[in-house]
Amino acid sequence: MSDILLKTEHLTMQFGGVVAVDDLNIEIPKGKIIALIGPNGAGKTTAFNVITGGYQATNGAVHFDGQIIGENTPNKKMRKIYGGTDQTVFHRRVVNTPDKITRLGMARTFQNIRLFKDLTVFENVLIAKHCHIKAGMLRSTFRLNHLEEHTMRQDSDALLDTVGLGAYRDAKASSLPYGKQRRLEIARALATHPKLLLLDEPAAGMNPKETDELALFIQSIKDSFELTIFLIEHHMNLVMDISDKIYVLDYGKTIAVGTPKEVQNNPAVIRAYLGVDEE
Amino acid sequence: MRIKRNTILTLAVAVVLVGLLYWLSFNQAKNGMLVSILQKSAIFALVAVSMNLLNGFTGLFSLGQAGFMSIGAYTTAILLIPVKNLDGVYYMNGVSPFIRAVKVYLATLPDWFQAIYPFIALLLGALLAAIVAALVGIAVLRLKSDYLAIATLGMSEIIRAICSSPQMDKITNGSYGLNKIPNFPPLLGGLIPAMLTPFIVVAICITFIMLLIRSSYGRAFKAIREDEIAAEAMGISLVKHKAMSFVISSFFAALAGGLLAMYMRSIEAKTFSISLTYDILLIVVIGGIGSVSGSVLSAFLVTASKEWWLRFFDQPLNILGWQVPLFRTGFRMIIFSVLLMVVVLVYRRGLMGSNEFSWDRLLGRFKRKKLSEGGVK
Repeated sequence: MSDILLKTEHLTMQFGGVVAVDDLNIEIPKGKIIALIGPNGAGKTTAFNVITGGYQATNGAVHFDGQIIGENTPNKKMRKIYGGTDQTVFHRRVVNTPDKITRLGMARTFQNIRLFKDLTVFENVLIAKHCHIKAGMLRSTFRLNHLEEHTMRQDSDALLDTVGLGAYRDAKASSLPYGKQRRLEIARALATHPKLLLLDEPAAGMNPKETDELALFIQSIKDSFELTIFLIEHHMNLVMDISDKIYVLDYGKTIAVGTPKEVQNNPAVIRAYLGVDEE
Repeated sequence: MRIKRNTILTLAVAVVLVGLLYWLSFNQAKNGMLVSILQKSAIFALVAVSMNLLNGFTGLFSLGQAGFMSIGAYTTAILLIPVKNLDGVYYMNGVSPFIRAVKVYLATLPDWFQAIYPFIALLLGALLAAIVAALVGIAVLRLKSDYLAIATLGMSEIIRAICSSPQMDKITNGSYGLNKIPNFPPLLGGLIPAMLTPFIVVAICITFIMLLIRSSYGRAFKAIREDEIAAEAMGISLVKHKAMSFVISSFFAALAGGLLAMYMRSIEAKTFSISLTYDILLIVVIGGIGSVSGSVLSAFLVTASKEWWLRFFDQPLNILGWQVPLFRTGFRMIIFSVLLMVVVLVYRRGLMGSNEFSWDRLLGRFKRKKLSEGGVK
């Protein structure tokens, strides 16, 4: 049990009458790369948003690193229109904002890159370091925490060198080429010292060569930062190469779980991706 | 080498400015107009910078500045009106016995207390505004952009209405306003003349805000401005940091309000109507949203041109016996508006954009760029 870093229990997210994620049960062991795949609109990003606190789940619970970070059960109006398949009853209501969850050690990137565009590459990383700041506002303003500040700056520089963005340190984030922006977003997430890194389509818009580089990059940061990685991806090559286990979603439901090979040959998965063969 | 040059230049300019201000303080009588405009500009510079902290650096479009200024101005004024003038000021409805008792007691305290008392009054006004901001912030800070602007605008009007309401007659003197407010106090036991006090207070406050902006918390504010969702995903608590920025901004706006009360010597609720917020917003936009030095520069330029340089257009002008049309009272505001439009058209993002003042940039303007650095022949 203790080597499971993230676990979702009957996670269901319903918007009005639409069940976007239905009874999702994921277990992510420490040190593994787990992928979440599925056709467009399958509910992958919604699942990410629920796990990271952006949305509050309609039903179900999220466990992270030995504690419950989100739990809810349908109430009031939702009880009447609840359309999830799972009926397990949860009694508590646990809500955490995304910033709290990030400070607990779960960092994410976004499908459509969300950098601080007008700030420099260095500042982007440095800002992420702010979440663990110990000094208060006054101490920080009067530079009484200059040691802490110095460490934050040094760590940010070191991190940029590690991910190969050292040369772009003082460039505006928006001026970087696309692939580098993706990389910077990952670096920024790493700056928050995560245990679990959630990547939302990190290879979107990349050509095959860039995708291969990305696969190597993900492997390397996983090893050097002792991370566990949970990613959403469309590029099958990337997913099949690096993931230890794959969850396949379709219309919010989990239709397959297994190693890349098992999933590849699963008829349900093939049907979801290629459509039903009508005879 | 370059850093050394910049430090020397900065020091030189500072020395010249301080010398000029000192000279003015001894020749105040002859330069009354100049002194008065510089003081007003300095006060407006502080409000503009405080508004910029909120609008330019945290990305919260708030229009409540005038409301917080009035809290500061009224608190400072009530605390500072001398006991002997109380009956004269509150001639219609009398003053609340509590306020009188407190003031009578404070008047008995020793001299050293009387010397710092005006500053305590300023701080109390600012603290009161900060508390109000914290309470209001809980309610309105979850609103986004335009909605926040409307909510804060409404709040500012509510504060103004409260100040002028008949129920507050014995405290704020309702719609009659307060007068006989003492002028600026001298600093350090008279070592620094009273005329220079507003400049020093404003300089300290703006330095604090600049240090804050350059600290880790200031970077977090900028992150919220750039992208709220990403900032939150990076572990920056939106509630905490937005409230922090709102409270600090209100604190300094109120402090400037207190200074304004001392400067004007008499205040009424109308002084702090919405148009005051717009005046400040104008200064911020002209100076550049997201630039402290831009706000300061623009506070001085805007105030000076409004109150002084353009006065010329208000007087009838005769050229060889022919009276030029249009030159009459009020014409300067038309010229002022035209100038504003020109400035906004030429400098799309304000005079400074979101850059801060730097000697390298200023000197770079005069020097032609080398061809190797991408310059033009």
